[in-house]
Amino acid sequence: MTTETLAAKVEKPAKEKKIKCVVWDLDNTVWDGVLLEDGNVTLRPNIVEIIQTLDKRGILQSVASKNEHQHAMAKLEEFGLAEYFLYPQINWNSKAASIDTIVKKLNIGVDTFAFIDDQPFEREEVNYSLPDVLCIDALQTPELLAMPEMNPRFITEDSAKRRAMYMSDMQRQQLEDDFTGPKDEFLATLQMTLSIGPAQVEDLQRAEELTVRTNQLNTSGKTYSYDELDFFRQSDQHLLLMAGLDDKYGTYGKIGLTLIECMPDVWRVKLLLMSCRVMSRGVGSVLINHLRNEAKRNGVRLQAEFLSNDRNRMMYMTYKFANFKEVGEEDGLSILENDLSNIPPHPSYLTLNLL
Amino acid sequence: MENNNAKIREFMGQFISNVDFADDEDIFASGLVNSLFAMQLVLFLEKDYGITVENEDLDYDNFRTLNAIVDFIERKTKAAA
Repeated sequence: MTTETLAAKVEKPAKEKKIKCVVWDLDNTVWDGVLLEDGNVTLRPNIVEIIQTLDKRGILQSVASKNEHQHAMAKLEEFGLAEYFLYPQINWNSKAASIDTIVKKLNIGVDTFAFIDDQPFEREEVNYSLPDVLCIDALQTPELLAMPEMNPRFITEDSAKRRAMYMSDMQRQQLEDDFTGPKDEFLATLQMTLSIGPAQVEDLQRAEELTVRTNQLNTSGKTYSYDELDFFRQSDQHLLLMAGLDDKYGTYGKIGLTLIECMPDVWRVKLLLMSCRVMSRGVGSVLINHLRNEAKRNGVRLQAEFLSNDRNRMMYMTYKFANFKEVGEEDGLSILENDLSNIPPHPSYLTLNLL
Repeated sequence: MENNNAKIREFMGQFISNVDFADDEDIFASGLVNSLFAMQLVLFLEKDYGITVENEDLDYDNFRTLNAIVDFIERKTKAAA
């Protein structure tokens, strides 16, 4: 069976809007009352359960609140909620500016954000400056968990750990800000290990999740269903590889996926994607260089398909700077080829572990 | 021209500790920098010089040496003017 007929038979995961980060207002949204007027505010009904459930689903959460930072953080600590929020923005800036800061810090698409606030003014202000953010009235909070946007297709081991992984990122960023030396030397201090190996059956949910979630660092923009990926995993004509990254702060989880069609004299990379969280770690190039070495070892040419969109230019650059040249076009896809010469050794700041 | 040379060296100083290399030294071949640097350089040039690096410009030959980078900036800024 060719991959095309298989693809037609299995159901594609719909590319519907999925929320990756919920930004909460505090006054009259997380708690009843206004903190500055009444220090004894009380939590709104079921709010802890809602926040914990979103967290288990791998949906990140933050805060955009006009309040005194220390006062509000102390209150969140008291309620046992502070740990759930990444980069909380508690200040007197506009909510749109606060959300924009969170978007930049987390480095995920603004169209995957939702904002919950009781005040129509705040929602409209966010809607005006950031029209891609899903604005939700705090009155709708009880229905939040049932909304399709808040229900990822899969809850994987990585989803439940997502907040912890971003927390490690916060620590890394802090270290990066404090470290004045050159970039490679900084990267070396992280003691990163990149593992690359064939996808296992237990990796497939995460693999599908990666194809659905990853837009920026995706060479084709294609999504693949669990069943398709399972087919490729077992196919003699395909290689489905997953990459995982760890460093001294903990694990980043499975962060890369690549699908290669292996023909007798040419290997073609159909898909290569990396989680946005590892964009500045240089692991995309390491993965590509691994493919170059493998193709060379197997005596085949190495080609890659690329579909440009307005968000995946970093991946195009990764290919070009790994010495891929455009050699043609097929069905609207650019075909790139690598001459497999001058393959650099992998960078000294990272340990490669081939599984 | 001198100006651009100094500016690029300053930018490179964020990535490598020894910026004392020749203007015509192949910085990729000598292992001074890698492809991650190349990408960051492209983003830096676009932001700082207001130029657009097109797909066909993404070639090592444009960024291989300091002279090549400076030439590239001048070609692009002239084309834009």
